[in-house]
Amino acid sequence: MTAHAGVGQPVTHDDRPFIRKYIFSTDHKIIGIQFLFLSLFFLLVGGLLAMGIRWQLGFPGQPMPLGGWLPQSVAPGGVVSPKTYIGLVTMHGTFMIFFAVMPLLVGVFANYLIPLKIGAPDMAFPRLNMWSFWLMIPSGGLMIASLFVMGGASVSGWTVYAPLSATPDYTGVHLGQQLWCLGIVIFGLSSLLGSVNYITTVVNLRAPGMTWFRLPLSVWALFITAVLAILAVPVLAGAVIMLFFDQTLGTHFYLPAGGGQPLMWQHLFWFFGHPEVYILILPAMGIASDIIANGSRKPIFGYTSMVYAMIGIAFLGFIVWGHHMFQSGMNPTLGSTFMVSTIVIAVPSAIKVFNWLGTMWRGSIHFTTPMLNAIAFVSMFIIGGLSGIFMASTPVDMYIHGTYFIVAHIHYVLFGGSLFAVFAGIYFWYPKMFGKQMNERWGRIHFVLTFIFYNLTFFPMHILGVGGEMRRIYDPTVYEYLRPLQPINVFISISAFLLMLSQLPFAVNFIGTLVRGKKAAINPWHDNGLEWTVPSPPPHGNFATTPTVYRGPYEFSVPGATEDYLPVSVPATPPAERRP
Amino acid sequence: MTAHAAVGTPSAGAPAQGGVGVYTQKLGMWVFLVSEVMFFTALIGSYIILRWGTDASWPEPRTVLAIPVTALNTFILICSSVSMVKAYAAATRDDQAGLKRWLLLTVLGGATFVSVQAYEYHHLIEKGFLPSSGLFGSTFYTMTGFHGFHVTCGVISMIWVTVRAFRGKYAGGNYRGVETIGLYWHFVDLVWIILFTIVYLI
Repeated sequence: MTAHAGVGQPVTHDDRPFIRKYIFSTDHKIIGIQFLFLSLFFLLVGGLLAMGIRWQLGFPGQPMPLGGWLPQSVAPGGVVSPKTYIGLVTMHGTFMIFFAVMPLLVGVFANYLIPLKIGAPDMAFPRLNMWSFWLMIPSGGLMIASLFVMGGASVSGWTVYAPLSATPDYTGVHLGQQLWCLGIVIFGLSSLLGSVNYITTVVNLRAPGMTWFRLPLSVWALFITAVLAILAVPVLAGAVIMLFFDQTLGTHFYLPAGGGQPLMWQHLFWFFGHPEVYILILPAMGIASDIIANGSRKPIFGYTSMVYAMIGIAFLGFIVWGHHMFQSGMNPTLGSTFMVSTIVIAVPSAIKVFNWLGTMWRGSIHFTTPMLNAIAFVSMFIIGGLSGIFMASTPVDMYIHGTYFIVAHIHYVLFGGSLFAVFAGIYFWYPKMFGKQMNERWGRIHFVLTFIFYNLTFFPMHILGVGGEMRRIYDPTVYEYLRPLQPINVFISISAFLLMLSQLPFAVNFIGTLVRGKKAAINPWHDNGLEWTVPSPPPHGNFATTPTVYRGPYEFSVPGATEDYLPVSVPATPPAERRP
Repeated sequence: MTAHAAVGTPSAGAPAQGGVGVYTQKLGMWVFLVSEVMFFTALIGSYIILRWGTDASWPEPRTVLAIPVTALNTFILICSSVSMVKAYAAATRDDQAGLKRWLLLTVLGGATFVSVQAYEYHHLIEKGFLPSSGLFGSTFYTMTGFHGFHVTCGVISMIWVTVRAFRGKYAGGNYRGVETIGLYWHFVDLVWIILFTIVYLI
């Protein structure tokens, strides 16, 4: 039972063999770091696919650089064929959502942070945790394999709408779609094992004194996210299994020819898909809350309202899925119901935004790289949230449904929101993960370039969408009414290439620091959390003795205290701590 | 995977201050079962929509399926739940002989259920009733197939627990593994009672 070897007792000497320590490790910190490398790899793959998409949209019909290397069947003369193009769109979405952003937020930060932040030696089920990572390898492997099989990858978009996805009759894609389904089912299992672990760990393994309302907001967010995943991901698995059977066993779930219901796929998919949206944003909110309080040197504004807002968002997230289907032929009365419940989500979201602003208000803000990224998260989330309200109202949605407006919206919440928070989190916890401090100047250069080119890439998409450009269009110049908008497409494509290049400073900084970075202090950001009381990187088993928690995690600038921060595990209570 | 959840050593399982007072393996199993409920809800919900929410024509189940055989099989599965309860009761009394006996009976009940289901499938396929035989075939094989898969996983885990019982791992009040696998067993049993009602009887 190596799984529990380090649990409960202080570890002075770690004699696990290399393979147990770094490869098939049950240590939550190693698993978090494994997830980090894997999901950054998929982020790169998804980004490269996006470059292919942008080349075709900006310069339709012109041979892609290096496109000559692709087989003639995929890209005749270096120009991607329409089918390959839709494959690029599908797999870009699939990789980014399931294999980049979700594991970056949940796989990395839930694994790495939860036990450290609540004062636990490891996860509740370390071996299940190891499986949760190692299932991602076959899952991602099947997805990558689907790019290379006969017939090509799935071409039905990341939402794989039936009946397009349910039979090869329409697309000619056999194996690619089946591998997609298998990859998603294995992914679901991985996510399930992780979520069982996160929930059980937070409920049962908190250190003495770590009450529910002393939990850092990042832990709250990851806990609520795990609850969402437990409830939503199995539904996706069930739906995808039925889709798989439609393709392989000849069942008729989604095929109208055999009496099946294509609309049922949309209901099942979005019953998962909308909570999934909050799975992708709640951890980002939690990470940003922690970093904004730290960077403002002030307690978080409205801690309890933050928690209840997240719970509210999570609950509402389950009763709004129909807003993806206003144009699907669903009963319009149902559409109004979904419109109202969707717009109600603006309330808890606004509470959170105003709380972040309230936290920064009159704080002594330190513009470190993590803080800059966290502020970018808040501002971009506001834009993404507001464009969401446009589409939540049925009458407006009828006009912009399925256009580049939705592409702009999702990238504002998923890149501008989630990914900036991911960058904030990586810069913030990198010193704890690897014991080295990332270069601050290169971090800021990365931030500024990314922020500029990100906005130049995605903001004009709103205009394209209102102009009527369809979201999965292959060649915009074939339509008379879209031709005047083509310069915008060229502009977006060039910005997108520069956005991709802007990630170079990050890659160099990340790898360079790993190789020859300067050693990090135990607590470089002067934060209060328990993870900053242990060495960087923390030893197997985390804490030499189980820590005791005396207060919440956001006691910054306490009057009368010698430092401007007060770690949660320091027993002395300065008399001036009780303040209004 | 169930085996892992069920048989973890109790060293990491002490409830924390302010925990819900349920030990870790049991809590993990409950959380896992929540997700299982959602999984079967997706399958059963789709069945309900396809059968009653559309104007699809549906055959009378008894004209296709052999209800008496499956009714007997249902009875066997319910009996295996009873023997699971008896096994747990024996474990709480530290009655090792009783624990082993009742666990073996539980394994036997589960294995019988899966075998009869395999026989039923064989028979139906010979008659030409396939997953591609209309919506009834699609939903029938998907739902009962995944239930059968769950029972199979349960039997494999139960064999593992039984082997551990024979090695005396649950002696001296350390019977958490028995309780945890029992939760899973009763859940799978419960799903079958729902499936038998809405697929075979209605």
